[in-house]
Amino acid sequence: MSELTPSQTVGPYYAYGLTPEGRKKWKPDEKLYRWKETTGDNLVTADATGERIRIEGIIYDGDGKPIDDAMLEIWQADAQGRYADPRNGKPIPNSSFKGHGRSATDASGLFAFDTIKPGQVPGPGGRMQAPHIVFAIFSRGMLRQVYTRLYFPDEVANAADPVLALVPADRRPTLIATRSERGGQKVYRFDIRVQGDDETVFFEI
Amino acid sequence: MSLIYPKESLSAFPKHLSPGYKSTVKRSPSKPLILMPHTLSELTGPVYGHDAIQDGDNDLTRQHAGEPLGERIIVHGHVLDEDRRPVPDSLVELWQANACGRYVHIVDQHPAPLDPNFTGAGRTVTDKNGYYKFITIKPGAYPWGNHHNAWRPNHIHFSVFGPSFLSRLVTQMYFPGDPLFPFDPIFNSVTDEKARNRMIATFDMENTVPDWALCYRFDIVVRGREKTPEDID
Ligand SMILES: [Fe+3]
Repeated sequence: MSELTPSQTVGPYYAYGLTPEGRKKWKPDEKLYRWKETTGDNLVTADATGERIRIEGIIYDGDGKPIDDAMLEIWQADAQGRYADPRNGKPIPNSSFKGHGRSATDASGLFAFDTIKPGQVPGPGGRMQAPHIVFAIFSRGMLRQVYTRLYFPDEVANAADPVLALVPADRRPTLIATRSERGGQKVYRFDIRVQGDDETVFFEI
Repeated sequence: MSLIYPKESLSAFPKHLSPGYKSTVKRSPSKPLILMPHTLSELTGPVYGHDAIQDGDNDLTRQHAGEPLGERIIVHGHVLDEDRRPVPDSLVELWQANACGRYVHIVDQHPAPLDPNFTGAGRTVTDKNGYYKFITIKPGAYPWGNHHNAWRPNHIHFSVFGPSFLSRLVTQMYFPGDPLFPFDPIFNSVTDEKARNRMIATFDMENTVPDWALCYRFDIVVRGREKTPEDID
């Protein structure tokens, strides 16, 4: 048995602690303490290079009902495939792009991120991974976060991705966002289904 | 990738499905999770330094014109990895109910008063020894709709960033000796008693401040093991 502190649910009331400036269901009050936002749903910094994209999706529970009190976090490399983590000894971005974002779902279960499309990063055995974004999902009713990955459509690199290769072919589509265009901006749709026939693939990591 | 964080450590965590906590029934994956190797994407993580916070964010009793009602307490401890090495420069966020057991959240309809001097959110960044400290007030118990006469034990919600994105931890800190422990399905979703007890702060007489505040110690152990940069691709 390990010595870890166990995980517990984020519960229904995280918004003013974790997403105080986000799209949330708590009513901001001018008299409340003013936070300096650390983590929001817009990851784009003025100095970040790469293609600006928007990611949107609805998260559904086992009854197919939108989960209106989930919190989703993403972690991704920059357009050149560099993670903004100075601890890993790898080249880090020469911009202020952080690669981490947080979005609370709204009343319709929708989450959204404005970010840039990540580049490829190394994977096991020196094989390159296809561009992807790691998702951690927290919610009332989730005693620990679940992890999944968003991949991009029409990426030749998907065919050689070592993680996608672990997923049965019939379930891989749940990890691949669909692309559309809105007002000149690329929007990737990534719905998440926690249970059911088309349940999103979640990873044990 | 010779060294990875041991997955067996996760045995301390609750199962995704824990039917006593009803909301898990429709919100836990029903298909088996797919085991995958740890790659650079999981073994790196965001770093939030001291510039991410502002002075006073860790003192929940000084965020308004007056002092909040309730029992002032100090909550402090270390963020550690599985080898019990400190995790420095780690963002620690918390949120909680007020002394009456009421959250400043539109969804919370518990008929207990709000406190105009208490928001109930705080954050700080660990120092080079992994140490953090908050000043707050002791949260009250509150009812919830899980079952008849359901009450949550007094608790403070914590969110911690460890050494990587897979170390990410959201948990709850409980107070010693709470009579509600045997009845709470969220607390008891952790089935191992020793692991469960690691969510309970210890009363810290040594750091209790005379004529001012009781002190509680809460060390938080997150996933993470010795690794070198070469090991993580
Ligand atoms: Fe709570």
